[in-house]
Amino acid sequence: MDLTEFPAMSRGDMRDFRIAIDQSFREFTRAYGDQLEQMFHPIQVLLNFIEGLLIGGPWIVVLLAIAAVIWALSRSLRIAGGTVIALMLIGYFGMWEDTMRTIAMVSVCTLIAVIIGIPLGILMARSDRANALITPVLDMMQTMPSFVYLIPVVMIFGLGKVPGVIAVVIYALPPIVRLTNLGIRQVPADVLEAAEAFGTDGRQKLIDVQLPLALPTIMAGVNQTIMMSLAMVVVASMIGVRGLGQPVLQAINNQYFTLGVMNGLAIVAIAIIFDRATQAYGRRLQRHLEAEHG
Amino acid sequence: MAEAVHDIEIRNLYKIFGPNAKAHVADVRAGMTKEELKQRHNHVLALDNINMTIRAGKIQVVMGLSGSGKSTLIRHINRLIDPTEGEIIYDGQDITAMSVPELRRFRRERTAMVFQKFALFPHRTVLENTIYGLLVRGVPRREAEERGRRWISRVGLDGFEESYPNQLSGGMQQRVGLARALTNDAEILLMDEAFSALDPLIRTDMQSVLLGLQEELKKTIIFITHDLDEALRLGQNIAILRDGRIVQQGTGEQIVLRPRDDYIANFVRDIRRGHVITVRTIMRKGERADTPLTLPATTLLEEAARAMTNAEVSRANVVSRDGQNLGMITLSKCVAEMIAPDDSEAVDPEVQVA
Ligand SMILES: Nc1ncnc2c1ncn2[C@@H]1O[C@H](COP(=O)(O)OP(=O)(O)OP(=O)(O)O)[C@@H](O)[C@H]1O
Ligand SMILES: [Mg+2]
Repeated sequence: MDLTEFPAMSRGDMRDFRIAIDQSFREFTRAYGDQLEQMFHPIQVLLNFIEGLLIGGPWIVVLLAIAAVIWALSRSLRIAGGTVIALMLIGYFGMWEDTMRTIAMVSVCTLIAVIIGIPLGILMARSDRANALITPVLDMMQTMPSFVYLIPVVMIFGLGKVPGVIAVVIYALPPIVRLTNLGIRQVPADVLEAAEAFGTDGRQKLIDVQLPLALPTIMAGVNQTIMMSLAMVVVASMIGVRGLGQPVLQAINNQYFTLGVMNGLAIVAIAIIFDRATQAYGRRLQRHLEAEHG
Repeated sequence: MAEAVHDIEIRNLYKIFGPNAKAHVADVRAGMTKEELKQRHNHVLALDNINMTIRAGKIQVVMGLSGSGKSTLIRHINRLIDPTEGEIIYDGQDITAMSVPELRRFRRERTAMVFQKFALFPHRTVLENTIYGLLVRGVPRREAEERGRRWISRVGLDGFEESYPNQLSGGMQQRVGLARALTNDAEILLMDEAFSALDPLIRTDMQSVLLGLQEELKKTIIFITHDLDEALRLGQNIAILRDGRIVQQGTGEQIVLRPRDDYIANFVRDIRRGHVITVRTIMRKGERADTPLTLPATTLLEEAARAMTNAEVSRANVVSRDGQNLGMITLSKCVAEMIAPDDSEAVDPEVQVA
């Protein structure tokens, strides 16, 4: 027996095996592709709407609106001022439109991740069975190279914004799920017991005690999710998502050093703005915990 | 105002902590001790065949060393802990067998609890903490706040309504826990070392609040404490726990006068006996002294001694409330009893205090 070579299945079997799976997936795509596309259409509408607002509106209004949102989150003039300066520079170097597209994309992806992720995290916190079931899926979502799941997504949806959103959400969802779960599980047992002693039902316990106490942790999850969606914009541009990723891709293909660096820096700038704003918001949420006596 | 009219009847209650608790009840019944259970089976015996009747509208004090099972016992009354075996009857219902909605209603409408470790909601202000029980019960917020503010003021936290628990000292936090329970206006008050973090002045004040609640509003109060003085001041009935067993139950006077074993004797050794024992307990029954001084049967020894010294007499007659002569006491016996336990003289060992 030859022990140096692993007894793999024969080449022919392998080919049949692959073809069989690919075939059936293609059939699935043909049969349900349109329906799925229909289902995800609202995402396209929402994304187009936000993009329209950001790109179609007078730049000065958009700039101030973004700065206002950042200020509302962070309550910090420094962060809001930094935002204004960064956006002005971005605009001056001709990246305004691409930046707005990316902001719209990241906003929608984060929104979807939050809408899916928080309930999932709650479910995992309440049921150990769900926890055991979902955790490996999250592990897979985080470690599977994103190009791999781009393949079926593109096969179903073709190129465009919706497959981009799906790919980004798959990549950015795990942290918010994990941190929601963690935040709820970390609520002190004695506080929960007190709520129980007052005769709360499950919903009251969740809304009055668990979620508020988990909120700072959940916000850390939102922050992570935003960062990861931003990290995905370049990859997403490969399947036709427009924004700051595309010029970077172009720069890679054509060795345009300056173009690459400029757009890269714009992504970094947005990342820093979002990060500081959400972190400041998270800190504000737990002020009551920090005001330690004595 | 919720007034308690039902006794709480605890019957054959066992609690064993561990994965296989039920299986070990038989061992415990057969006489296995807490230590043996821990060593042989790695299960913790927390409550061992508890039987007690907590009288409606009275204050029941529970004492015992750390780890004796006090917190575990009090948590059974609102079933924050499920018993391994046994039942607790209240108003014709077995609390340990209530369905989830029944239990929820029972907790909402009939109980309130003060926790040993405060267990305040850190994200809610003092006022929001205080009114939480009422909100859960569906009381309109305005009314709840009004009632909450009254109790915040009563526990001396005026001006701290909008503070967060972490901004308060330990004693203040404990008072928030107190206000939170009292605002609930429930007929059963469960108080797990509710005054342990208070300074003596506030502590005395809070004891008065509790006595007032019991007297005027007829709440049933279960009060855990390590402080014998507090137990004697508050408790119409005192139960002493040791290793999950009730080793003695009775009035403060009974326990101070006749500690059942060394464990309890240790508890009561340093107590001001003259402050607890009444003349009725040590009088010579039926005898009559030739003295102008008469004392009510409920007079404490300290007061009796003071009265006799002031009147410059060495004996006094003891009379019932309607003036009937019950017996007499001597100053020397009075002082002797105040100083140390003394069984030499003819104290009727069967004396029961009404
Ligand atoms: N959740 C638990 N799991 C295992 N053992 C427990 C648990 N809770 C309590 N015990 C055990 O039960 C016994 C009684 O504990 P309990 O908290 O009732 O004591 P306590 O009388 O209130 O003490 P303290 O005066 O220190 O508050 C202890 O031996 C403790 O170790
Ligand atoms: Mg305790």
